[in-house]
Amino acid sequence: MKRIDHAEASSKFIEATDHAEFHDRRLWDLRKKRDRESESLPEWQELRGLASAIKEHTLTHLADYLEQFEAAAQANGIVVHWARDAAEHNQIVHELLAAHGVKTLVKAKSMLTEECDLRPFLENRGILVVETDLGERIQQLDDEPPSHIVVPAVHKLRTDVAEVFGRTIGTDPTNSDVHYLAESQRQNTRPHFVGAEAGMIGANFAVAETGTVVVCTNEGNADLSMHLPKLTIASIGIEKLIPRIEHLGVFIRMLSRNALGSPITQITSHFRAPRPGTEMHYVLVDNGRSERLGMEDFWYSLKCIRCGACMNTCPVYRRSGGLSYGATYSGPIGVIIDPTFNLRKYSNLPFASTLNGSCTNVCPVKINIHEQIYKWRQVIAERHQLPMVKREAMRMAGKVLASPKMYRLAVEAAAAGISHLPRTLIYNPFNAWGKQREVPGAAKQTFRQWYVANRGTKQ
Amino acid sequence: MSTRDEILTRVRKNQPAARPLPEVPLFDAGRDASLATFASSLMRMGGKLVDAPGDSDLDALVARLYPEAKVIASATPEVSGNRPLGQLQRPADLEDVDVGIVRAVFGVAETGSVYLSEHEYQVNALGFLSQHLLVLLDPAAVVVNMHHAYRHPGFRTARYAVFMTGPSATADIEGILIHGAQGIRSLTIVPVPLPTR
Amino acid sequence: MKVALFVPCYIDAFFPEVGVASLELLERLGVEVAYPLDQTCCGQPMANSGCEEDAAGTEALFVENFAGYDYVVGPSGSCVHHVRDHLTAIPQTDRVLAVRRNTYELVEFIHDVLKVREFPWAEFPHRVGLHVGCATLRGLREASISEVKQAPFSKPLALLSAVKGIQFVEPKRPDECCGFGGTFSVFEEPVSARMGQDKVNDHASAGAEVIVSPDMSCLMHQKGVAERLGLDVRFMHIAEVLNGARP
Repeated sequence: MKRIDHAEASSKFIEATDHAEFHDRRLWDLRKKRDRESESLPEWQELRGLASAIKEHTLTHLADYLEQFEAAAQANGIVVHWARDAAEHNQIVHELLAAHGVKTLVKAKSMLTEECDLRPFLENRGILVVETDLGERIQQLDDEPPSHIVVPAVHKLRTDVAEVFGRTIGTDPTNSDVHYLAESQRQNTRPHFVGAEAGMIGANFAVAETGTVVVCTNEGNADLSMHLPKLTIASIGIEKLIPRIEHLGVFIRMLSRNALGSPITQITSHFRAPRPGTEMHYVLVDNGRSERLGMEDFWYSLKCIRCGACMNTCPVYRRSGGLSYGATYSGPIGVIIDPTFNLRKYSNLPFASTLNGSCTNVCPVKINIHEQIYKWRQVIAERHQLPMVKREAMRMAGKVLASPKMYRLAVEAAAAGISHLPRTLIYNPFNAWGKQREVPGAAKQTFRQWYVANRGTKQ
Repeated sequence: MSTRDEILTRVRKNQPAARPLPEVPLFDAGRDASLATFASSLMRMGGKLVDAPGDSDLDALVARLYPEAKVIASATPEVSGNRPLGQLQRPADLEDVDVGIVRAVFGVAETGSVYLSEHEYQVNALGFLSQHLLVLLDPAAVVVNMHHAYRHPGFRTARYAVFMTGPSATADIEGILIHGAQGIRSLTIVPVPLPTR
Repeated sequence: MKVALFVPCYIDAFFPEVGVASLELLERLGVEVAYPLDQTCCGQPMANSGCEEDAAGTEALFVENFAGYDYVVGPSGSCVHHVRDHLTAIPQTDRVLAVRRNTYELVEFIHDVLKVREFPWAEFPHRVGLHVGCATLRGLREASISEVKQAPFSKPLALLSAVKGIQFVEPKRPDECCGFGGTFSVFEEPVSARMGQDKVNDHASAGAEVIVSPDMSCLMHQKGVAERLGLDVRFMHIAEVLNGARP
């Protein structure tokens, strides 16, 4: 399987200057909005500590909480299924829909269903799947994955959306007024809500105490997906569990503040039992999570509440866009969980980072993201997944820098080399440094040479 | 072994050493549950608050607020509608409702949210298919914050419970804020005390 | 107080004037400074690339050179951060732990250990954009950060403010990473260059004549970008300014 080349993809992203500038500005704005919220709550750091501790407690008792959740849900009349991986998840969902003769499924945004690649699986079996979140719908119609877990089409400008809608739902492709575009999607989606035989949601939180699934939206599309059809399904990653209803106080206060800089989403929905006369199903999905739980250095990533704050603060993400990571999860959280899905394919991602550490500082559940990025680099090197060029360069560097004599020879040669080589030899496509930067000028002497000449060698 | 057993076995095996569950404080020191605070939070989220009519005629208020409305569906006996909710074949029959009217159980000052469940909505879809939602709220029924809000027993008994905070919205296209994404285009709160028996 | 000067490899090779300024500055402040002659590097380039094994020899050599000193002082936040937090490719003996613990970045050392706040020999009547590298900022906590609410503080600023005539400009994103990131600058060149351009343009638009930093690695990258862009901005290490140098 081919390695994702983040640098190559980012290069294309950056070339589209209007898009790249907007993308960076928009997400930095979300980061600043998050900052304002964090400054307005004196208990901010305490809430982060609580959110982190609640998640760590839950994950270290996850089996018990999963059983409690299942029992509560079943007592409420919900059918609970378990899926070991994406394939089983898709199969379970399809069988349910087929058994009920479902032709149209309306669904709310769920990164888990993206991870499982559910939509093409269902579409190939003759089921129309309608994404109802505006950003997800834009991406669906453009046959492109979402680029950001909270704002899926953040990389698109209004003119792009106008082009997509013009091509697919019959709007005027020259009209890029945002109100017009949003209203068009509302009108186009509504008949699907009304006519769909089944509705599907993901889960922001799953409360073990009561068997409740909690979904936070601004659009109300999750509720429309759940309150109209007779068959409803919630796909739940097993790490979404929290122990009790009271813990929602912490997470609901933190989620939207971190994601969008607003105190709460417009609609915060709690589904505990089916509407009378209807059927409700939960699909609890593992897909590598239980494995990750056993990774001493990396299990903390399971605390993630999918707020996207790490993406918004990440200077690399803002300038390369989520799609350049080639995975459902991108940005800082992506680079620490994607290698668990496929080490080789995603082996470059932990290097798409400057290790600046701001992601760790904004994470509402205190995941030590940048430290995990550093540790993944060690794992990737140990498992021989580094590109040959880099591996050899580091081996060489390690030898030279471990020997004072070899080091001095190399440093003095480098200085000499730079001062004598013609520009064309230094600045060529193989010298990545020199593509957009001048190389440092040669020093007349190294510091050591200066020291020996001016201060002698006495220690 | 079933998938369920396989997953639970693997989770049990891999669970790291136990971490304790913290106590969650109420974080209400120095915070108030006034209608004024509630209103300011609500307006920040795009919701509206109108004064209760002096003559207590809520039907007239509805007519004034929504002069163009043709279909009015009320889930509360305090306001008349022209689309009875008890006789629906299916929830989607509310598709043409212009104004939905409902009484909320309580409000949350911190966020400007109101709590509703299937008991208040009668038909849950009322809160999402209606073009506009009018919500009656007892000004004495405002709690300080979400920690207090989550103590409400409804979370253990209702099939569906929701915090509505202003109208449905999106900023998915270039960050431009739109009210009336998929759900209600406007949410208006009228502070009316609970009718005395 | 036995103090040893640690001169990072890239400063030794490309910016010896920064090493000289650091040495002279410490001596002006009354410190007797040794310079172990067999030092090379702290091991960070290999470790940050995932190759901790390859860093082992270099890290062992570092400890050999600097064991026995009360303080090891180096003009580079990222190198010092590596020594304090990540010098783990070798067995963690007491000797190793002591060297790690006693290694300070230059500003840290002057601010926290020497507790000096005056540099009467220095004058710098210029508009300065202060850049604090991420390892120095978030790793060594030498200044407050915009993503965490806290009383503002900055050790580099506290020292530089004492310099006669100096003025500071306010870039829009003072603590956003500049994009050097070690080997990131080569293996992720497009984003790295873009970040560098944004950083120098931000400082230039704010009116900076000189960008000053405790981190020469960041400056090397920013200088490279600025020169290619043809920007009229100079770059100096904080040691040079505090030591009395002019642009």
